[in-house]
Amino acid sequence: MARAVLSGNEAVAVGVKLARVQVVAAYPITPQTTIVEKIAEYVDRGELKARFMAVESEHSAMAACIGAAAGGARVFTATSSQGLLYMSEMVFWAAGARLPIVMAVANRAVAPPWSIWCDHNDALSQRDAGWIQLWAESAQEAMDMVIQAYRVAEDERVLLPVMVNLDGFLLSHAYEPVDVPEQSLVGRFLPEKTPAPYWIDPSEPRSYGTIAAPDTYMEFRYKLQVSMGNAARAIEEADEEWGKLTGRRYGGLVERYRCDDAEIGVILAGSWAGDAKEAADLLRRKGLRVGVIRLRATRPFPADELAEAVEGMDAVAVVDRAFSPGLPSGVLAAEVKAALYDRARRPFVKGFVAGLGGRDVTPLDFATIVELTLRSFKEGRGATEWYGLRGWRPW
Amino acid sequence: MANELPITAIAVPTKGAAGRTGLWRIERPVIDQSKCVKCLLCWLYCPEGAIVRREDGGVEIDYEYCKGCGICANECPAKAVTMVEEEGVG
Repeated sequence: MARAVLSGNEAVAVGVKLARVQVVAAYPITPQTTIVEKIAEYVDRGELKARFMAVESEHSAMAACIGAAAGGARVFTATSSQGLLYMSEMVFWAAGARLPIVMAVANRAVAPPWSIWCDHNDALSQRDAGWIQLWAESAQEAMDMVIQAYRVAEDERVLLPVMVNLDGFLLSHAYEPVDVPEQSLVGRFLPEKTPAPYWIDPSEPRSYGTIAAPDTYMEFRYKLQVSMGNAARAIEEADEEWGKLTGRRYGGLVERYRCDDAEIGVILAGSWAGDAKEAADLLRRKGLRVGVIRLRATRPFPADELAEAVEGMDAVAVVDRAFSPGLPSGVLAAEVKAALYDRARRPFVKGFVAGLGGRDVTPLDFATIVELTLRSFKEGRGATEWYGLRGWRPW
Repeated sequence: MANELPITAIAVPTKGAAGRTGLWRIERPVIDQSKCVKCLLCWLYCPEGAIVRREDGGVEIDYEYCKGCGICANECPAKAVTMVEEEGVG
């Protein structure tokens, strides 16, 4: 084990190297670019025995990944924002074709207005593509998550692509000390890639992506749904085993921070969980029992784990760094409410849309969000609020 | 049903999956073996894989699956392939 000071993007690249990825196809876009730049250096120096394909677009990048994965290789790409949107058709294809591709998305706002800063709307626009969606909080977790992602994706019960999300700039370009494991340790956790049950083999020709008439299409889609359920177990198992090998466990699908006796919770995904945790510490010193529930996975959506985590809480704030125009609440707020609706006992849920386009949200902001949640709880107002909106007068 | 299907839509190529498509034919290509120069252009161009290569380097036609499109007759540089109307047509 060596300790290095790495940016989030460099940590992802190290994870890719340790995972012994064989094919990388990518197109540059801020704030992802330094991931594949670093990988290109590894390939150039012979530290990673991979084929690096500099393609002409993100659509081509994912198409190349699909071809290479169907050929049995372990593949990687990375993108952000407009790049992910441009790639979208192939993103859906990768999932339906059940190819265990891993892609890092350095989350960035979608234009217009043009913005390069952090926002989760890019990844959430691909929510229904059939990809497993994971969210890192730190550079360390981003590296660990890439390695875990291959294990989950290639699990025969799963066979789905995985998107590893890391906040643009806040995580992608921030430097932190990172423990880099030995290659041999990673090898014990993630064996060499073996071809998936279905792959291109010239000696046994098959047609891929053929038409499925109305008598079989639903069954293929149901298989994807079942595999997403299996992925939940695989993610938990990967977290547990990685924890045994490295001492780092993150909580599986959800991380619970000071939730055991909490009366109020903050639910979110991404790097700003660190700010929410600081706010929880701050408010606890003032006597308010606050906990943080960090969603490490949003697909599969951890409905049961979430319900368990909020047990005993009076109210929770769901803080979204994205929104679905026209949906009254934020995206995650709607999903959290849906997950809790069937439960006999459920907390009051207050949604917040905050931090869009990289607007800073500090620990003090989270303390305010908790206070606003408490006030809404007492007044029975659950409507989602846009936090920190400047100079808006409704009428 | 769902249990019997593969994980994603994959088809294994099968000879004659659409039945004996030779029955669709209106005209049949007939090779004059004395003119054939064994260039294999007909084999290369046939969209149905209905041109069969022989041990001696020459070709013959699999009339079970040849749909009679006439591409082989059009491409043949030696004019060794003639399209002949099928019996019972017209």
